[in-house]
Amino acid sequence: MTIVNFTPWSALFGGALIGLAAASMWWLIGRLAGVSNILGTAMISRGEDFAWRAAFIAGLFLAGLAAVVLFPGDVHFNLEAGYGQVLFAGALVGLGTQMGSGCTSGHGVCGVSRLSPRSIAATLLFMAAGMVTVYFWVQQP
Amino acid sequence: MKRTIVAFVCGLVFGAGLIVSQMSNPAKVIGFLDISGKWDPSLALVMGGAVAVFGVLYRLALRQGTPLFASRFTVPEKDSLDAPLLVGALIFGVGWGLGGFCPGPAIVSAAFGDARVWAFVAAMIAGMLVYRIGLRQTHD
Repeated sequence: MTIVNFTPWSALFGGALIGLAAASMWWLIGRLAGVSNILGTAMISRGEDFAWRAAFIAGLFLAGLAAVVLFPGDVHFNLEAGYGQVLFAGALVGLGTQMGSGCTSGHGVCGVSRLSPRSIAATLLFMAAGMVTVYFWVQQP
Repeated sequence: MKRTIVAFVCGLVFGAGLIVSQMSNPAKVIGFLDISGKWDPSLALVMGGAVAVFGVLYRLALRQGTPLFASRFTVPEKDSLDAPLLVGALIFGVGWGLGGFCPGPAIVSAAFGDARVWAFVAAMIAGMLVYRIGLRQTHD
């Protein structure tokens, strides 16, 4: 193992922004910022239950759009996988996050912070599964 | 309406955090998961930074009793481990490793213009619908 591309300060600062956004949602509207749960339940909600979820998802997308329009040189994006692989990966992420009641944000950030046993177990498992998958099937350039 | 505005602004800030930390860069995610090869530990600090901030503010907010613009704090009802949680987390982890995307970063980077991200998001939503409609009916 060699350590490469380590960017500790931007990682910590970005992480703090994520924590601040999640804390604001919690403090102001009493909701946990779990992206897979918000997206999954938006599709079966009506009225304002739908509206706040759709607004959160729209905010995520518009953050990406604003970044790529305003600071195109500073947005890092590098994807090696082809269409077949991303389609398969997307289907697994969609199915797995709904079956497992959460993803990196809901379990990994909010649930771990709350010391939820379910979230701690899920986070350890999805990280281990991701590491094993990359070890056997994904080559870094 | 207040709830919707709050959620929109929080989505913007959350998305900015994903971009600044490069969670929205699949190569960065795969570098983090590749512990035996060329390992990039950055994403451990993303999660660490987020947990440090949220962990403190979550508890401070709870002391208030109720959120500012809602009647109560909503948390998941279940607190014990069960098979769907563990199997679902494993399935998600495999997909995360194969693509380098989890749901939030996929939505953020869909705006970057690469059509493969749209393919990922479409497949992800299809996978969600299969589970929500086909395999389970409950919602909050």
